[in-house]
Amino acid sequence: MTRRTVLTIVVMVLVGLLPPLLYWSGNAFYLDLATRLVILAIAATSLNLILGYGGMVSFGHAAFVGIGAYAVGIPAHHWLYGGMDAIATTSGYVQIALAVGVAGFFALLTGLVCLRTTGVYFIMITMAFAQMAYYLILSIEEYGGDDGLVIDTRSEFAWISLDDPIQLFFLAYVSLVIAMLMVRMIVNSRFGMVVQGAKGNPERMATLGFNVYVFRLVAYVISGAMAGYAGALLGNFTTFISPEMMDWSRSGELMFMVILGGASTSVGPVIGAVVFIVLEEFLSHFTVYWHLPFGLMLMAVVLFARGGFVGMLTKRKGR
Amino acid sequence: MDTSLLVIQTLNGLQLGLLLFLVASGLTLVFGILDFVNLAHGSLYMLGAFFCATLTIWFGSFILALLISLPITALVGYLVERFVARPLYSRDHLDHVLATFGLILVIDTLTHMIWGPEGLAVPLPDWLRGQVTLWGDTVVPTFRLMIIGAGLAAAGGLFWLVNHTRLGMLIRAGASNRTMVSALGIDIEMLFGLVFALGAALAGLAGMLIAPITEANIGMGNGIIITAFVVIIVGGIGSIKGAFIAALLIGLIDTLGRSFLDDIFTLFMSPTAAENSAPAISAMLIYIIMACVLAFRPQGLFPPKVR
Repeated sequence: MTRRTVLTIVVMVLVGLLPPLLYWSGNAFYLDLATRLVILAIAATSLNLILGYGGMVSFGHAAFVGIGAYAVGIPAHHWLYGGMDAIATTSGYVQIALAVGVAGFFALLTGLVCLRTTGVYFIMITMAFAQMAYYLILSIEEYGGDDGLVIDTRSEFAWISLDDPIQLFFLAYVSLVIAMLMVRMIVNSRFGMVVQGAKGNPERMATLGFNVYVFRLVAYVISGAMAGYAGALLGNFTTFISPEMMDWSRSGELMFMVILGGASTSVGPVIGAVVFIVLEEFLSHFTVYWHLPFGLMLMAVVLFARGGFVGMLTKRKGR
Repeated sequence: MDTSLLVIQTLNGLQLGLLLFLVASGLTLVFGILDFVNLAHGSLYMLGAFFCATLTIWFGSFILALLISLPITALVGYLVERFVARPLYSRDHLDHVLATFGLILVIDTLTHMIWGPEGLAVPLPDWLRGQVTLWGDTVVPTFRLMIIGAGLAAAGGLFWLVNHTRLGMLIRAGASNRTMVSALGIDIEMLFGLVFALGAALAGLAGMLIAPITEANIGMGNGIIITAFVVIIVGGIGSIKGAFIAALLIGLIDTLGRSFLDDIFTLFMSPTAAENSAPAISAMLIYIIMACVLAFRPQGLFPPKVR
């Protein structure tokens, strides 16, 4: 086993075991923290697929998360208050399907335009589209606009109840493991090889006969749909959603998790999410100004440390 | 649709467009010449507003405060270039984005620590507080006319600086070939610092001009920076002329869209449908325009000639 595999297993076992143990020993608060962490890690894992492996620096990933959350909130809202009978439901299956479907569709629509560009244009355009989704939700008064929307009923499934924090945690955790395995599989497949090849040298991939645009678009849609799923979980976790979830600083935080943890590694985004949550929790204990040390650290990481935490932890001579 | 409202909204659109230009011109200069993506450009806009607000309260004169705030904001811009941007020139854009995102958090939090969470109102002198009657019952606030005047003056000054002075010549030369410029004995680092400071001063000026209307507040920079990005993408990154035209276009379309889109929609749909869809569409209008521009002219409407 390589060091990276060992690191991945250790981190995943810790993230899976520690929070429930703390919960059963009477520290319910840490389970909440861990659930949020795991959900953010799913979103970061989805971003890693396109940012880390594909070299597509999306600065609008929070939009997919937000869309996923509203795909839970809007049907639940109509189920309670009437209107829009076609989607008024609390069924988790329908909501998850909506979250994945709509986020994927949004990724397809925006990806068609975004992927015509590269480099800094791509960064700004993904950001602008996310902002568009933000303003769209903001302008719909029925769903609370700026004030957000309270989800009165969580998604309902046949076997599990998301009202139980421990069940919600394990659903999120299992989802994270599946998401990581999916990304692994995709990356190691022929499809993933082309996407990774296009990161290094798109001209060469094109010369080899691959339509880079289509490959990138498919990866972008998968990533968006996966982030939508994370959003559905996040909506169920917070039971309160607002356009602020799509704000570009949320996208920035997701990027921070991927880069800080270590892009194009399985466990990088998870470590990034751990660091983010721990920092946020720890620093905000000391000061309401926790964004100051957080921002300084982000700058320091970019300026002085490359490869993120996974790079630091698995560094060997000659690399 | 009455004419007086149309005139007022057109002036408002023009005002928004000019403010956008002041922010976007710095952004496009820094990107075009230094190849550096500065997300924190909006923070300089915000800092300009806060400096001006505090100094106005100290000196009791808005104009004096504005004149003193300009060099201060430029200095902050220079420091950002020296300590954050300069080490990153050789890195890729992702690193620029991450580092300046961190910088936004730092500047926003420092602002919060210094000035508190509340917005800061900027008192105007009496002669700017009144209204001007254009004709009949069409009246506009004097200060809004001043914003338009100041914006146009700054735009004119920038064009003159870039196209007709030695510094502007160096800036343009640096944009097309920085190695050649430094080989000719020009201190390219100093030049880059100046460009950054100039961009900061322009963004700061926009913040100072809007502050008396909206108050100086912490979220203001993050609100305008995305629109400024839309402007420079539509105009063509690196082109000041493109930024000017695109800024006016975006400013007018955004403002007029918000006020008249429901009227336009009632022409071909039911009033209720128009009333429901117009706010959503008008909020997305500028992004739809950007998407169209990208789909048909990815390099923007007026890309700089030499790249």
